Amino acid sequence: MDLKMEDFNAPHSMGTTIIGVTYNGGVVLGADSRTSTGVYVANRASDKITQLTDNVYLCRSGSAADSQTVSDYVRYFLHQHTIQLGQPATVKVAANLVRLLSYNNKNFLQTGMIVGGWDKYEGGKIYGVPLGGTIIEQPFAIGGSGSSYLYGFFDQAWKEGMTKEEAEQLVVKAVSLAIARDGASGGVVRTVTINSEGVSRKFYPGDTLPLWHEELEPQNSLLDMMNVASPEPMNM
Amino acid sequence: MSSIGTGYDLSVTTFSPDGRVFQIEYAAKAVDNSGTVIGIKCKDGIVMGVEKLIASKMMLPGSNRRIHSVHRHSGMAVAGLAADGRQIVTRAKSEATNYESVYGEPIPVKELAQRVASYVHLCTLYWWLRPFGCGVILGGYDRDGPQLYMIEPSGISYRYFGAAIGKGRQAAKT
Repeated sequence: MDLKMEDFNAPHSMGTTIIGVTYNGGVVLGADSRTSTGVYVANRASDKITQLTDNVYLCRSGSAADSQTVSDYVRYFLHQHTIQLGQPATVKVAANLVRLLSYNNKNFLQTGMIVGGWDKYEGGKIYGVPLGGTIIEQPFAIGGSGSSYLYGFFDQAWKEGMTKEEAEQLVVKAVSLAIARDGASGGVVRTVTINSEGVSRKFYPGDTLPLWHEELEPQNSLLDMMNVASPEPMNM
Repeated sequence: MSSIGTGYDLSVTTFSPDGRVFQIEYAAKAVDNSGTVIGIKCKDGIVMGVEKLIASKMMLPGSNRRIHSVHRHSGMAVAGLAADGRQIVTRAKSEATNYESVYGEPIPVKELAQRVASYVHLCTLYWWLRPFGCGVILGGYDRDGPQLYMIEPSGISYRYFGAAIGKGRQAAKT
């Protein structure tokens, strides 16, 4: 048996599954909620979808520290840009700021991000900014360790011009599939929907998610399994 | 109108008792006495024109350009001291490319106008610099459609439907 102790101050990685999907009128961002340090789950209810501006949000994966720092810088720059411009920043500008930081510091950072939002010029847009600091505009983007299990799923399930409800269902289903297979993803599913009307956050606790192949029913308490009368007192 | 500074006009960092900075006003005179420049904003674009002053018959036509392109979507027409104008155009070009490399989108015309105006104004703040002796009409086409701005030597910038500077501006405006 492995008796090596985990260093709980070790760099926290978000194993993660993150998704961004465009639909007819906006975008839906989704993520799991597990932050792991090796096999220890440091935070089982983290929020990986971070706000950059009123209309642009960021999904973070990889190193928790690196992605938080990048998002803090970009939020700061975007805030100043918005004041200077006199109107909300576009999703493209936000994504470009993210990738400049990511690319210029590629030797120091280890974070893959998905930028999603809505602006009045282009509507809903998703930009992937993976590890090296490239920027790519996509109708949908997936990232994090759990995304490996979703490439085939999206090839089959994705279609252009979905409604908001269809897009949200797709995202929730995809994250829960990834959670089922990826040990570094888990917890709850969080989604953020952004369109011309604004932003709405949704939360799907583990027990509301569909069960997949060979998954067990969630238990409220381990004690429910022990369906016995109180044990006999020991006879000494 | 001739205004005599009488000692308050020696430096751009000196106000007169009635609250004017004479050096800036004199810079504006350099613009007023130069060849006319006109800009008009239309529904689908900007039109700019300059009065071409032929200094000598030996001069090659096509030289001494006073309309410059700043970026793919914006351009500038300069009235006044041509050398000063070249400096402003260079600055505008560099602001436009810098904005695009940081923000990933072409610089909005309003933003470009603000940056050029700040630069022109900068040179009215220090005694070791002199104000630019040129006015600029900046036209551009961005996401919000065609826009026209005029920047004066004082650093003021306004948005216009139609603007004229130089000798013939009164005639152009009627």
